[in-house]
Amino acid sequence: MFTSLRGRIIVIIALVGASLGYLFTNQIKLGLDLQGGMHLVLEVDDPEGIMAPEARADAIDRAERILRTRIDEFGVEEPIVQKVGSDRIIVELPGIGLNDESRAKDLIQQSAFLEFKLVLPITELEAALSRIDRQIVGALGVDSIRALGRNEEGPSQDIQNLIFGGQGADSTPTDSTQADSTGVEQGPEVEDSSVNLRPFTSLLSSGDIEGAYLVGTEDIEVAQLFLALPEVQRALPRNTSLHWEADPIGLGQRTYRRLIVTEEDAFVTGEMLETATAQRDPQFNQPQVSFQFNRAGGRRFSNFTTQHIGDYIAIVLDDEIVSAPVVQDRIGASGVINMGNSDMVQAGDLALVLRAGALPARLAIMEERTVGPSLGQDSIDRGRIAGLIGVVFVVVIMALYYHVAGILAVMALAVYGLLVLGALSAFGFTLTLPGMAGLILSVGMAVDANVLIFERIREELTLGRATRTAVDAGFAHALSAIVDANMTTLFTALILFQFGTGPVRGFAVTLAIGIVASFFSALYVTRTFFLLYLSRKKASDPISI
Amino acid sequence: MKLFNQVNFAFIEKRRRAYVFSAALILVGLAAMIFNVFSLGRWQNYGVDFTGGSLIQVEFHQPTTAAELRAALGGAQAPPITRFGEDNEFTIRAPLGNDDVETIRARFENQLAAAFESDVFTIVRTETVGPKIGAELERNALLAILFSFFVTMIYIAMRFELRFGLAAVIATAHDILITLGFLAMFRVEIALPTVAAILTIVGYSLNDTIVVFDRVRENLNAKGGRRQDPLELVNHSINATLPRTVLTSGTTLAVLLALLVVGGAVIRDFTLVLILGVAIGTYSSIFVASPALLEIQKRFGDGSAIRERRKKRGAPATA
Repeated sequence: MFTSLRGRIIVIIALVGASLGYLFTNQIKLGLDLQGGMHLVLEVDDPEGIMAPEARADAIDRAERILRTRIDEFGVEEPIVQKVGSDRIIVELPGIGLNDESRAKDLIQQSAFLEFKLVLPITELEAALSRIDRQIVGALGVDSIRALGRNEEGPSQDIQNLIFGGQGADSTPTDSTQADSTGVEQGPEVEDSSVNLRPFTSLLSSGDIEGAYLVGTEDIEVAQLFLALPEVQRALPRNTSLHWEADPIGLGQRTYRRLIVTEEDAFVTGEMLETATAQRDPQFNQPQVSFQFNRAGGRRFSNFTTQHIGDYIAIVLDDEIVSAPVVQDRIGASGVINMGNSDMVQAGDLALVLRAGALPARLAIMEERTVGPSLGQDSIDRGRIAGLIGVVFVVVIMALYYHVAGILAVMALAVYGLLVLGALSAFGFTLTLPGMAGLILSVGMAVDANVLIFERIREELTLGRATRTAVDAGFAHALSAIVDANMTTLFTALILFQFGTGPVRGFAVTLAIGIVASFFSALYVTRTFFLLYLSRKKASDPISI
Repeated sequence: MKLFNQVNFAFIEKRRRAYVFSAALILVGLAAMIFNVFSLGRWQNYGVDFTGGSLIQVEFHQPTTAAELRAALGGAQAPPITRFGEDNEFTIRAPLGNDDVETIRARFENQLAAAFESDVFTIVRTETVGPKIGAELERNALLAILFSFFVTMIYIAMRFELRFGLAAVIATAHDILITLGFLAMFRVEIALPTVAAILTIVGYSLNDTIVVFDRVRENLNAKGGRRQDPLELVNHSINATLPRTVLTSGTTLAVLLALLVVGGAVIRDFTLVLILGVAIGTYSSIFVASPALLEIQKRFGDGSAIRERRKKRGAPATA
């Protein structure tokens, strides 16, 4: 039935109908370069390459799942979260413009690792402080510490220059005299000794609540630097850790951040969360996130708080303390995180990432592309015009050169165009900007098969064959060239797909679809139109080619 | 209307001139690449896709010149600024340095925000690529080209004969080399789509070559084909396919020109590379691929000895 004229027409009409149907019901998916949006490539952040490949692959698997949950809730239409290879995730967020960019990035990158830890009195650390100071001096050397100006004069970022070669040069210099004098006066254990340097201790002031030291905002960078030293981490007493409080506090003229001593081990973590929601604190109308533990988490939480009434507990999110409330009473299966100065959007995002779960590792952004929607629309409009002009060129050239046969080829090209677009929509392929160029290019190339056939028919006619024989022979002889030429181009398209990413893949897909469709359109559709044209003629009538 | 109907141009006889022409183009291209290595530090003007770094496309809502923008971004220390398409659109490129993706990005946007009122400009596109991705891209592009050579050579060797495959790959490599030479000479920025364009040239060039080779194969297998003077046979095949070559290249170029003129700045370099490739690919299928086929045959025979041996063993001849 596929070879009789009627069968052929039915097949073509069916395919065209199906293509039109798909086109009207499924819009063709547009790539981010055409509709605007954000494209991110993420990897597990492991610059030293210390993670085992299996661990990394496992982390990526879990991260993919968590990111998918987070992004699905974020409310973007048709987002893509896709693992590529064994260690990379691609995230595509259509419609995320340059304004929502940083919010989207926070949502993706935030580890959202929630821990509940017991706050320890600072006396737990006191004994270790001198050891910590000695370790810092040992690690960095006396000269660096002196140059740093903690005990003498000098701007605090000098230490950065010494250690990291001047990357901190753009931060504003601190008022060193003030920082120094207050640091010295308020330090808990200040000894004015040039031999016995106390680089870390001199930064600390005794805190306003239990377990907390205060560090002046201008000293935080240096303190963080010290704390990051492996020697310092080793010098901490067993099962003790230090966490910064997220928000600074103002006391008098100065602002501080609390550095709080906690147990190292968390008694409950975010893994035991059942749900989290953003809401407004009924009393002060401030945004907050309330959370609910699952049964195991709730039990553990209430047991722990029963034993620790009157103590402080720290709610630690990604290593920073979001709040450190005192336990007034046994706390059941729920709690709240106060968001202070944040807005409801931020509270909502935090609730979202807490619900979705913590990322197993920090994800580093390897590549980031954002296209504004106006630019994409501009590209589409231009592509349409270019395509239209291209089609007009082809129609004019074919009609001038091959007359009626040329018109038949143009009709076949119209079918070809519909099939390509229909296939893009039916298989859900994405049309990118290079893909659109590929489509326009393939119009030019789709003509090729028709030209090959028509040239052959002309040759056969010149040899004096009868019309119908010449047409048949023309199609038959052109076949091998069309097959081989299309096959090699198809190979390159497939290779391009294999090795390419993003827009290049889109191009490869449209190119491949274009090749298959042009093959079909030349050999089947043009042939059918020819048969239709010949059916009204006697075998010996001349044809217009 | 008929173009080049039943003509018989002596293409093959002029092959030496074509060799000189091709060699000259390739040499100039190589010279440009070497010059670039010394003056740019890279053989091609790689965009951020390859080098890593950041690119921001800004659209100004008021007349702005590149000089003003440069002055605002630090005068002599300003990052490279290029006018992009429309009058008031610019791209600014920031090198990677030792910073990570987010740092470069932030520094960049701060600079811009410090220099201009926020309602004067819109950032319409940003791209930031880490160094790892760039290096991978270069490797993948090279692998893709080599791999496509390999696959098509095997396919053509199977469908035709080995020497056809070799000749087609030589012609395609020639096209790629000349295209890369042009890109180096005019310092066209090499971005991700450029790689796609180059791979498309591989496809197009092969496509064009195969149509000529198909005719050679047909004439060879026709009665008495193998006894005919190969030079004449190939020349005749080129002439027989000439109308198709001209018409197909013509329509493809016409469509590409439309894309070049109205397609907009984002796609311009991409289209330019394709136009270049189509032109060179058409030239090479006539003046490089077919002569290469003859040269290979002259040096290594036409494979008839192998065919004879196979025939004796009773295996079917591949042709």
